[in-house]
Amino acid sequence: MSALVKAKPKSFQEIILRLQGYWADKGCAVMQPYDMEVGAGTFHPATTLRSLGSNSWAAAYVQPSRRPTDGRYAENPNRLQHYYQYQVLIKPSPPDLQALYLGSLEAIGIDLNLHDIRFVEDDWESPTLGAWGLGWEIWCDGMEVSQFTYFQQVGGHDCKPVSGELTYGLERLAMYVLGVNHVMDMPYNDPDASIALTYGDVFKQTEQEYSRWNFDVADTETLLKHFEDAEAECQRILDVPDEDPKTGKWIVMAHPAYDQCIKASHLFNLLDARGVISVTERQAYIGRVRALSKMCADAFVQTEAGGSAPESMPR
Amino acid sequence: MTDLLLELFSEEIPARMQKQASDDLKKMVTTGLVEAGLLFESAGVLVTPRRLCLSVVGLTDRSPNLKEERKGPRVDAPEKAIEGFLRGVGMSKDQLEIRNERKGKVYFALIEKPGRAAAEIIAEVVPSVVRNFPWPKSMRWGAGSLKWVRPLHSILCILYDTEGAELVPFEVGGILSVDTTQGHRFHAPVSFKVTSFDQYASELAKSYVVLDAAERAAIIWNDATNKAFALGLEVVEDKELLAEVAGLVEWPVVLVGDIAEDFLSLPSEVLRLSMKEHQKFFSVRDPKTDRIEKFVTVANRETVDNGMTILAGNEKVLFARLSDAKFFWENDLRVAKTGAGLWVEKLASVTFHNKLGSQAERIDRIVVLAKDIAPKLGLDSVVVEDAARFAKVDLSSEMVYEFPELQGVMGRYYAASAGKAVDVASAAQEHYSPLGPSDDVPSAPVSVTVALADKLDTLAGFWSIDEKPTGSKDPFALRRAALGVIRLVLENGLRLGISDVICRFYVDCAKRLENSKLLLSKDDGGAFSQSFEQAVAPSAHHDTHEWRSVRLSRPLASLNEPLIEKSFSEGAKISFRPSVSENLLSFFHDRLKVYLRNKGISHDVIDACLITPRNDDFTLLVKRVEALQAFVVSDDGTNLLQGFKRANNILTQAEERDGVEYSYGADMKFAEQDEERALFAALEVAERAIAPAIELEKFGEAMKAMAGLREPIDAFFEAVQINADSDTVRRNRLNLLSRIRSVMGQVADFNKIEG
Repeated sequence: MSALVKAKPKSFQEIILRLQGYWADKGCAVMQPYDMEVGAGTFHPATTLRSLGSNSWAAAYVQPSRRPTDGRYAENPNRLQHYYQYQVLIKPSPPDLQALYLGSLEAIGIDLNLHDIRFVEDDWESPTLGAWGLGWEIWCDGMEVSQFTYFQQVGGHDCKPVSGELTYGLERLAMYVLGVNHVMDMPYNDPDASIALTYGDVFKQTEQEYSRWNFDVADTETLLKHFEDAEAECQRILDVPDEDPKTGKWIVMAHPAYDQCIKASHLFNLLDARGVISVTERQAYIGRVRALSKMCADAFVQTEAGGSAPESMPR
Repeated sequence: MTDLLLELFSEEIPARMQKQASDDLKKMVTTGLVEAGLLFESAGVLVTPRRLCLSVVGLTDRSPNLKEERKGPRVDAPEKAIEGFLRGVGMSKDQLEIRNERKGKVYFALIEKPGRAAAEIIAEVVPSVVRNFPWPKSMRWGAGSLKWVRPLHSILCILYDTEGAELVPFEVGGILSVDTTQGHRFHAPVSFKVTSFDQYASELAKSYVVLDAAERAAIIWNDATNKAFALGLEVVEDKELLAEVAGLVEWPVVLVGDIAEDFLSLPSEVLRLSMKEHQKFFSVRDPKTDRIEKFVTVANRETVDNGMTILAGNEKVLFARLSDAKFFWENDLRVAKTGAGLWVEKLASVTFHNKLGSQAERIDRIVVLAKDIAPKLGLDSVVVEDAARFAKVDLSSEMVYEFPELQGVMGRYYAASAGKAVDVASAAQEHYSPLGPSDDVPSAPVSVTVALADKLDTLAGFWSIDEKPTGSKDPFALRRAALGVIRLVLENGLRLGISDVICRFYVDCAKRLENSKLLLSKDDGGAFSQSFEQAVAPSAHHDTHEWRSVRLSRPLASLNEPLIEKSFSEGAKISFRPSVSENLLSFFHDRLKVYLRNKGISHDVIDACLITPRNDDFTLLVKRVEALQAFVVSDDGTNLLQGFKRANNILTQAEERDGVEYSYGADMKFAEQDEERALFAALEVAERAIAPAIELEKFGEAMKAMAGLREPIDAFFEAVQINADSDTVRRNRLNLLSRIRSVMGQVADFNKIEG
């Protein structure tokens, strides 16, 4: 057995801590979750926006993710309406990204000499982000434990250079590593701690509450209005002249606009869970969110973080 | 002579693309080498998930020297012209040769293109192949702009012979060619130097890489079947899965795992599909009971615990998958046992197509068709209705929602547990068939009936809302449905007038839906008398609730019912017009041509039969077509056809010139020559024989009777001058030719036959 392989982690949080430590060691900026509701770690501006433009970037973070239609009132052993993704984005994608990824599995206690790791074709596409990439789902003994994607386009822009994105489904991965059959039984902190908590202790009740709200109680009129408000605000923010009359500076408000895009996307997911979006309407809503994300991407690439040189910006 | 070894080493290539990629690599590189003037003895390709490998044996060392001669201007031509020529050939004046031509002294340039070394050519060809490789989907990575299926890491490229090996140096997209490679990702990730193909292959074998996909597949299949055999079991063959799995591993290790007892009662199709689709497992069954009891998974490595950890992980994943499947199955069985009423209800709220209403409405229509067809197969309409009503209920089941591929298969199980008769259960599965040109056609009468009804409803429905296939676009698989109808009819020898069925169907739909108020009322005489042209004129407003009553016309003349156009339900409408079903019939005929072409019958022979009566009875039509095909390729047939064409040409020209139609019938008393009289007699005989033969569908006999016309017609044209001095004789002769046309026209339209 490899000397690098540490003892098995004992809890959900230990797996997260080890991933944070591993990617920090590899030079990533360990960021915090984005403070808005999103469907996946990809929506974090540290991925979506930072994958655009020519600047180099390396970030890793946990992102709580919400998928209202996946709610199962805490009863399903591995389906949740709120769960965690671990996200790594490195631009340009380093040539040894596969090896770096495999190292992270070892870091969380998966002995590569005993397990069968496979890279199985899985192309990624996000219709709401106007994004796609090629890569794999990573199988560990037949279980999908991560997604590995080379971004080709985001918000309708070609990614140059290309970012390498890793997404770990934390609950599923942790359940596998810890040998747990039901997510609610998984140790959240050290099971030997004086106050030992399971995942269920932390999230069982919230899963039930949100499942009920998502499916039956959320007011669709309000959600619809919020969707339209977010859409309008996103547009409005980007329509404001880039030169700030107060400071006289050139300030493109890509991030505030993108916040509204994220909001619209999540509101669409909620409306979808409420079952009020028909098959034909669905495409139209997705198209509206995509239009927002494209506008935000267009705005971001005009900024310094988006790779435009400051001297090329009008003053 | 040297050998070339090329290996493109990348991150994991999707399994489904590997075969094509290796073929493309071989074709592109060898074509490039040959175009540059090199020759070789043989070339072979091998592929693993991480490498594409090409070996070219017996490659020539250099391309040949080429000599080219170019003629220039005359020696006394203006200096400018001579300078231009020198620039073009890249030579100086003293290097040119002067020859005496007829017009004077002329400059000639003798250009020698020296051959190039193989290495030099390869160094050009390979980068160009890499840059232009036709991956179905390719990508960029890092900061580069090169595209490959996944990041390309290294290119091994060497030329070698008995003396030794040398690197072919080149660069593409920042990747420098090398003379090294590495082994298995986990077992042997160390670089080693390569000196020949044999050394490469044997070194890789030691480094846990089986280069050849066919060999990996063979290892997997042999190990799997041996391990299963030792347990008294057998592996369910699945070539597609075998090829895919062989493309996922470099070092296949077969492991046999258990399926937890809880799941062994699931239908074998569910077990198989769930294991194959999600996990890429092979199913292992007990040959005595046909039950699936274990699975085979293929790992990409060996481990010190002999795969125990890997197997335990796979079993756990499978447990979760099958728990879902079992949950669906048990829920579904509960619904099925109560007669599936819940599913039927649900289908009312599932849209089939926004212009064709819900699934429930679709099923109602299928029932109408099935009951109409039932008597043709000697079936009781109660059984047929039961089968048609149950055939699609599984679309509401949880299992089919999860695995759409299991539609029909689940229907059969659920029909059985709902207490349905065996033929009703079979129809739930078989009515989808045939799915393609090589799929089996059901033969059980109930299944055939429901299958026909299902496909005819689809065709009639989409036709009426003008959703027809165009070019390569056929989103509703209407061509497949039409071919399905044709095969169901022909392969079961059914006698069915498709136009009549569709027409009655349209009428029946309308009747049921509109409490039969105005429809079919006998005093609606005005509408009945509408001319056909008016009737088929497109209606301006599809969305009105206005009735349109029209009279049917040929080939639907057997029906006197008016057709109507009416909304089915909110927003769902079908317009029923004769043009729709005529147009649909010609769509069937087009499909029939494709079907028969594959059976060696040429399209013109089919065209010749299409205008004959009852052309919507495909069994009859094909009988006629086959007899005609046999006839036209026979000696008599070919000659008779010539005679017919000659008669027809003369006749057509004369009719055009004279502005009359020579169809009054010839009169024997105006016949002047023996050959004329003989043709008269022969036509009499043929006509008397052909009509009853056709009536009895003995087309072979009708052809034989026609064959008797060959000699008299030949003799007639040999001896008789049509344009006689006497106008009476001439017209009589033209009328005689017209009889040839009409007598033969009973069998087919010979004008349509080419040749």
